[in-house]
Amino acid sequence: MPNLNINGRNMSVEAANDTPLLWVIREQLQMTGTKFGCGAGLCGACTVHLNGEAVRSCQTLLGDAVGKKITTIEGLSPKGDHPLQKAWILEQVPQCGYCQSGQIMQAASLLAKNSNPTKEEVVAHMDGNLCRCMTYSRIQKAIMRAAADMRTASNAGTERRPT
Amino acid sequence: MNKHVKPAENQATDLSRRSFLVGTSAAAGLALGYSAVPGLLGADQALAAPSKFDPSVWYSIAPDGLVTVTCGKADMGQHIASTMAQIVCEELGANWKDMRVQLASNDPKFNDPVLGAQITGGSWSTMMNFDAMSRAGAAGRIALTEAASAAMGVPAGELVVRDSTISHPKSKKQMSFADVVKSGKATKTFTPDELKAIKLKTPDQYTMIGVSVPQLDIPSKTNGTAKYGIDVMLPGMAYGKVVTPPVRYGATVKSVDDSAAKKVPGFIKAIALDDKTGSTTGWVVAVANTYANAAKAAEALKITYDNGPNAKLSSESLLAEAKRLQALDDSGQFFVKDGDTAAALGTAAKVMEAEYTTNINIHAPLEPMNATAEFKGDILHIYSGNQFATRTGAIAAGAAGIDPKFVVMHQMWLGGGFGRRLDADMMVPAVQAAKAVGKPVKVIYSRENDMTMDYSRPLTYQKVKAGLDGDGKLVALNHDVVSAWPTARWGIPDFLSPSVDKKGPLDAFTVNGADFFYSVPNHNVRAIKNEMAHNATPSGQLRSVAPGWTFWAVESMIDELAHASGKDPALYRIAMLDGKGKNDGGAQKLRNTLLAAMGMAGYGTVKLPKGEGMGVACVSSQERATASWTACVAHVAVAPSGEVKVKKLTVATDVGMQVHPDNIRAQVEGAALWGLSLAMYEKATLKDGGIEQTNFDTYTPLRMSQMPEVAVNVIANGDKPTGVGEPAVTVVAPAIGNAIFNACGARVRALPITAEAVKAGMKA
Repeated sequence: MPNLNINGRNMSVEAANDTPLLWVIREQLQMTGTKFGCGAGLCGACTVHLNGEAVRSCQTLLGDAVGKKITTIEGLSPKGDHPLQKAWILEQVPQCGYCQSGQIMQAASLLAKNSNPTKEEVVAHMDGNLCRCMTYSRIQKAIMRAAADMRTASNAGTERRPT
Repeated sequence: MNKHVKPAENQATDLSRRSFLVGTSAAAGLALGYSAVPGLLGADQALAAPSKFDPSVWYSIAPDGLVTVTCGKADMGQHIASTMAQIVCEELGANWKDMRVQLASNDPKFNDPVLGAQITGGSWSTMMNFDAMSRAGAAGRIALTEAASAAMGVPAGELVVRDSTISHPKSKKQMSFADVVKSGKATKTFTPDELKAIKLKTPDQYTMIGVSVPQLDIPSKTNGTAKYGIDVMLPGMAYGKVVTPPVRYGATVKSVDDSAAKKVPGFIKAIALDDKTGSTTGWVVAVANTYANAAKAAEALKITYDNGPNAKLSSESLLAEAKRLQALDDSGQFFVKDGDTAAALGTAAKVMEAEYTTNINIHAPLEPMNATAEFKGDILHIYSGNQFATRTGAIAAGAAGIDPKFVVMHQMWLGGGFGRRLDADMMVPAVQAAKAVGKPVKVIYSRENDMTMDYSRPLTYQKVKAGLDGDGKLVALNHDVVSAWPTARWGIPDFLSPSVDKKGPLDAFTVNGADFFYSVPNHNVRAIKNEMAHNATPSGQLRSVAPGWTFWAVESMIDELAHASGKDPALYRIAMLDGKGKNDGGAQKLRNTLLAAMGMAGYGTVKLPKGEGMGVACVSSQERATASWTACVAHVAVAPSGEVKVKKLTVATDVGMQVHPDNIRAQVEGAALWGLSLAMYEKATLKDGGIEQTNFDTYTPLRMSQMPEVAVNVIANGDKPTGVGEPAVTVVAPAIGNAIFNACGARVRALPITAEAVKAGMKA
């Protein structure tokens, strides 16, 4: 039985190694915040982190996730208060909300490396994540707000790059 | 739920026991116009209410003071549940922090007070529920105030209700809502007449309406806890993956060989659907212990089909059939017949004709279609996010072969709707699989199933013939609209409209918008059903429905006429929005929104570089009787190659009254971007009877990098609230087409707009 390290916990699962990670997370571990959208890596709804990198869990086989640190929306922050999650609420981003776990996880992998992204960097990083409600402008605003919050919190990145 | 249905154990979303009134007549009063309320208020249920005060079917106040509003509308991202809570909260006098929402079951008592059914669409919800929710809130406030008055020993008229607290300023006494509910004294009931007589607040007294309060559903949509249909988990549940045939509709399964599927671990059974509801044809569902195994088993099934009568049809053949039907004098029925267009065209100084088309479009909400079915005793429980619980329950019953009164539908949050979830096809595989394997089954469509089996926006063909007088004034317009008839497919006569030429009912949801607010003395609109398309590509309501194509034709043609007359297209429109006769009121509002959009965009005031242009359009979506007033100025840049870049969309919309300004902006922006996506990026095609596009690589809605600047201006003069979720979809495509003409002289008449068509237009 494969063992997964997910959101800081070790959990054993019962599934073949070629099972998409998405379905293991959703069905076996009953963490349904990670969503199924296209099954082909085209929409980003299923985005999770594998050792900090944003990946499409519908395209990631269980066997390839073993031994790596998996983070889902449920584990992004202890109380749902990651700067992105707070910014998502302040900017009132979600409409139907279905894509937003994936959007937040995708954005989090950007801000973990670059807490001062330009608008162009945000668009390039987020372009693989579809939002059928078309909340894109609020997603951009929320990412910029979260980035600013993170810079303030870390007292770093005082220079503001042009956006 | 009907009386004989015994409540099952797990009743988180079944409200029948707790949502009746202490004092029965108030529920009946609030339920005016509802079909099935009497009988819900049985003595056993009345006795079952302990200290909980339930002012109406629409909300309850718990002893801890939390107010839980039950939303009978499907919430697909328009935050309608939160909006309903906001309207209740205004009149109730609760603190927004105490408000909660939950989603209704398909119990008829949650039916829309105006529509008499549970259906969400048409941008109708706020306008049709505002009064009922306001009265429910006010009734609760009155009941609480009277109870507090008795408990405090002070006159009710001296009490002030604010932030969930009832206070008596003179004596400084106060009680919270929680205190009053705990006292058990709030027992006032209302007759229907008393409810009607309640004096509601006037807009100047509002403290909640018009305030952008935090949407109640949003936090759960940032941390993964919001539960959509696809997230439902039931003990002992199995999973189903559908296998859909090569053709969209009309196939039958000849044989199913499951010998290879049987080798897939966890495989339980393959079931060929026996669908007497006609929702599906030739579908098989593979059931297994996990979805991944169900998908593997589905892949391993060897199925042979008879592809049926539509197997040779293509988009081209549907369009050719549409043209054939339009050319016949006696096809279709008239939706509008004002004056005598034949005579007026005969004497017109100039006659112009044009054809406008739209291709098939797919809803593709990001949550693929799904449903979970469980038989428990006599009751079929359905879990799904659905826009039409009333009909969907009946389809589920039909799939199960039981009476609809035995179906309980548990509403979930919708991962996008856009009209797709008005339909009920997903019920059939879930119900028949659950029945066949004797355990709960959750069926999830793959994206490929979802796209190829969409109840799509139909391919449309419109022919417009216009007559101008010597001054270039439009004196006659013939407008023929040929399409599949999405609403006719439902088989519900109430949703069809009588034709003015008395040739039987027509599907107004294919021609709405064509009955515009311009003054045109001689005007015909003919609705023609494309039976071939109707059968081969069963269509549905896609965000904005008919106005999504009728205004494409009307607003493009008006522009063509203005240019032919040598007039500014915006001023040409304004001259026709004179508010004469039946157009009084609406026409003036539409004119004002057009002027507002022009002003915001700087229309006619800025000199644009070569290859750039602005175009206008204005619309009265959705239906004439439920119109919002929306105008758009599109600013585009066209490259010599014909590539179009939309630089900015400026949208003005008159919504009457704003309940939640920030949400209106979000909806209007989303709708405008949908309009752009449909105008430029989304196209599905039929080939050999099947939809060719299967995923987001070939069906390509707008992505972040394609988003232009969008400026939204909301006009709200305090009239009744109108809809905001759809109208802006319809105004964008013609505004872009008109802008392209102004930029480079190319007139495009087909959606989506392609660089090839623009380039070809430039040469012509």
